[in-house]
Amino acid sequence: MKTHKISLPLSSENILSLSPGDKVLLTGTLYTARDKAHRRLVDLIQQGKPLPLPLSETAIFYCGPSPIPPGKICGAIGPTTSSRMDTYTPTLLEHGLKVMIGKGERSATVKEAIKQHQALYLVATGGVSAYLSTHVTKFELFLWPEFGAEAIYKMEVVDFPCYVSN
Amino acid sequence: MKNVLFIDSALLYEKLVEALGQIYCRPDERVLKLIREYEANETHPLAKDMLQTILRNADIACAEGLPCCQDTGTPVLFIEKGEDLCLCGDDILSTIESALEEGWRKYHLRHSLVEEPLFERKIIKDRAAPVIHWEVVPGEGLKVKLALKGGGAENMAAHYMLPTSTDVDGIVAKVVEHVVGVGGQPCPPVIVGIGLGGNFESSAILAKKALLEPTGREHPDPRYAELEKKILSEINRQGKGVMGMGAGPTALAVQILTAPCHIASLPLAINLDCHAHRHTSFTL
Repeated sequence: MKTHKISLPLSSENILSLSPGDKVLLTGTLYTARDKAHRRLVDLIQQGKPLPLPLSETAIFYCGPSPIPPGKICGAIGPTTSSRMDTYTPTLLEHGLKVMIGKGERSATVKEAIKQHQALYLVATGGVSAYLSTHVTKFELFLWPEFGAEAIYKMEVVDFPCYVSN
Repeated sequence: MKNVLFIDSALLYEKLVEALGQIYCRPDERVLKLIREYEANETHPLAKDMLQTILRNADIACAEGLPCCQDTGTPVLFIEKGEDLCLCGDDILSTIESALEEGWRKYHLRHSLVEEPLFERKIIKDRAAPVIHWEVVPGEGLKVKLALKGGGAENMAAHYMLPTSTDVDGIVAKVVEHVVGVGGQPCPPVIVGIGLGGNFESSAILAKKALLEPTGREHPDPRYAELEKKILSEINRQGKGVMGMGAGPTALAVQILTAPCHIASLPLAINLDCHAHRHTSFTL
């Protein structure tokens, strides 16, 4: 298993150097977005409105964090099942999305769209959310607080461990 | 005349908050033991790395007071209430709900349930909204099983009303096809709970109950014990692996519970739980 240290934004050289099953230690800005946020992002695109996230320079993390206990940078963070986002992903890829972090397999359509847009889907280990939180250096509520755990949170991560999907 | 045991609802409240405190940050010790064994024998670097991460997480979570998984789940309770037991103070249902609410606040758990499934899907922020299965049993005791059931693994449940001509190999094939088919989505290595027999709804409840049996226990009926082993080894032989990445264990245990069923029926329910398998029980 090769391990690559990658800093966002992702370059095309980065993508060429990666093989399925490689480990990636990711540094940069992640935005959480799961079911509800995806739906709203795609609604904005369909209405011709600008997107509130710099999609091409960052990564989307399919995650609904747990609340922040007093004195901590963030709560527990970990991936949710990516396939639920498959309906929305091709549209976001067309609008600049480059890196997704989640868990589980993607649909054939999404895999094709990822290839076409030279994007990257990374798998993070599920159910290790206290461990993953130790890689977060900054964490804030970014958008749509009414969504609770499904809001968009912005976080800075250092050497965040994930794996290149098969 | 029967003796009636009186228990103060405050005791149930206290026990429930304590139980939640034990499980939100640490998976079942039996699961951790199985993962330690797999990790020690694992030769594939990716699978070994992930298994080590799972073990490390369990230690960090409790030390840091963080949930072991951000999805702190739906609280599911199985309650066996002795018919000679009487709870004084608050009623049993509101005691359970307020204890869970207190636990959710105290341990900073995630509110993960929505008010209704289709239209607004508005998050419930002021209560834990548990799923409770009641059973009235003879005696004076109160037995409570509590689980925190994550949504990702719960989504990968399945239910079949099979023809009665289905044989052992047919059951093995059906379960293996399903568990392998859902791949990395339920956070493998998983625990497989199977409800066999009963009717439409009771088979599903049995499958959930089977998940909460002591992990890796052997079925008391040797025929079902053998069936459990066969399903487990066949799932793992197919090699989906940890998080569906193609190496390491896909399942840690297969647990079957059965019930009498109609001459026309053979219900099969499959309920999965992720490796962050959080459950406990206590008796009052």
